[in-house]
Amino acid sequence: MAGSFFRTKSLWVIIGLVILFLFPVFLDRFYIYLAAIILLTGLCATSLNFVLGYGGAFQFHHAVFYGVGAYSAALMVLKSGLSPWLGFVVGPSVAAILGFIIGLICVRLSKLYFGMLQISLGSLVWAIVYRWYSFTGGDDGIHGIPLPDIISSPNGAYYFTLIVTSVSMFILYRMIKSPFGSALQGIRDNPVRSEMIGVNVRQQQLLALTIAGFFGGVAGSLFVVVDNTVFPDMMFWTVSLELVIMCLLGGWLSFLGPIVGAAIIVILRTYVSGVTVYWALVLGIIMMLVIFFLPNGVLGYLDRFMKKKVRAR
Amino acid sequence: MLEVTSLSKSFDGFKAVNNAGLSVKDGEIVAVIGPNGAGKTTFFNLITGVIRPDSGKVLFKGEDITGLKPYQVCRRGISRSFQVVNVFPRLSVFENVQVSVLSRQKKTWNLFTPSSRLSVDDTEKILENVGLTDIRDATSTALSHGERKVLEIAIALGGNPEFLILDEPTAGMSPEETSRCIDLIKQLKEKLGITILFCEHDMEIVFSISDRIMVMVRGSTIIEGTCNEVRCCQEVQDAYLGGIDVCLM
Repeated sequence: MAGSFFRTKSLWVIIGLVILFLFPVFLDRFYIYLAAIILLTGLCATSLNFVLGYGGAFQFHHAVFYGVGAYSAALMVLKSGLSPWLGFVVGPSVAAILGFIIGLICVRLSKLYFGMLQISLGSLVWAIVYRWYSFTGGDDGIHGIPLPDIISSPNGAYYFTLIVTSVSMFILYRMIKSPFGSALQGIRDNPVRSEMIGVNVRQQQLLALTIAGFFGGVAGSLFVVVDNTVFPDMMFWTVSLELVIMCLLGGWLSFLGPIVGAAIIVILRTYVSGVTVYWALVLGIIMMLVIFFLPNGVLGYLDRFMKKKVRAR
Repeated sequence: MLEVTSLSKSFDGFKAVNNAGLSVKDGEIVAVIGPNGAGKTTFFNLITGVIRPDSGKVLFKGEDITGLKPYQVCRRGISRSFQVVNVFPRLSVFENVQVSVLSRQKKTWNLFTPSSRLSVDDTEKILENVGLTDIRDATSTALSHGERKVLEIAIALGGNPEFLILDEPTAGMSPEETSRCIDLIKQLKEKLGITILFCEHDMEIVFSISDRIMVMVRGSTIIEGTCNEVRCCQEVQDAYLGGIDVCLM
């Protein structure tokens, strides 16, 4: 039975991927762009959820890794004179190293203190990027980053994003289902007991934070491909808050929850911003509704709904 | 196997454990008894590294394990269960035990093999030993209190311990569950050869399964001996029963 369930699951994934792959055939350029943004934001939210939903760490400033990944990739492409492809290795790697360093400092604290320290360290990074005009371009950011031809067209960028996101999501999924992931979920549920069964909690969490940083950086590098720009607001703390909301909204206990949340938020932001300047107000109301009516997020709700239906039969 | 000498720990001047000592031989079941607040749980916390002692020594198989971190103590073969149920609430019964087995087998750094294929047999064997096979897929929050206490022990067994510390294993169990739990403890000793240190308020259980008993009052060891020695010790009766003149059992 488990086997057939697994097969239907993979079937859905394949159908989904085929549909995503065919998007450029029947959608406008704008929607392709939007889809790419959703994919990479979803990847970023999933990498956050790796430590938030599965690891129980209050990673409140995840956008820093997203931004640092993007900046590192962009600066590498722009300033090193080496192959631009190298930027896509360097971006995530720098984000992972930053994830390790911030993790090293924060991991000894628990829960809220972890989150507070993370926000302050992240804001520090933001301030540096924001002020260092000669290197990062300061609040102007960097525009018109030259990219290899194959990924510089809208469709090329979309396919590149789709492929990298799919592969990254697959790797994250495998990690969650691995013994490492099991131990991580154990730590989320009960760090004290985890320690008592021989898990080195801090080391385990530190690796998770590094991995999360890495994939946050991957998402950032993809943004460089899709948007051709980087700017300091990518790593402003409100972006991190949006990422947390995506996880909660989509369902932080399910693997695809964050990507669903990302889709909802990105689409709403795109259309609501066209109508009103009070996007933050709308976001706040959404958040309140989610907490009251969907404490387990959209996917958590659907999951329970499906189970009820099965039982009713 | 375990040698504890003059262990002490005070919190803000209050001597929770004061000069406590204990020795447990291979294959024994030893009980720690004492009135509420005697420091039994603190004593266990000191042995397993949850709290660092102010002074004293803990030797396990001749090695000094004083002040090691809990995961280091666990890796040397000491597992424990908790008085208050302390499991992984969002994981299933199977996963609860599996995490522990994976951790003992040092697989928690494996990032890419699916857990569903690892350590399954070992986990199932433990579930069978403790009688949780039927509810292996239930989430641990859905269990009854008694079942959770058993799961508590099962998680401890996941570490394949040579030495098991049980903190009030039957607390809050129904009489039926209690007798099953006692059978389980006996089996662990006889079948798996695990040395067991436990504390318990139910004297009937203590005297029926322990080889030796250590009595703790206000943080100090007042006697360590066989059931008979303890039963007839005047000091124990004074301290433990508040001076009422009865011979225990």
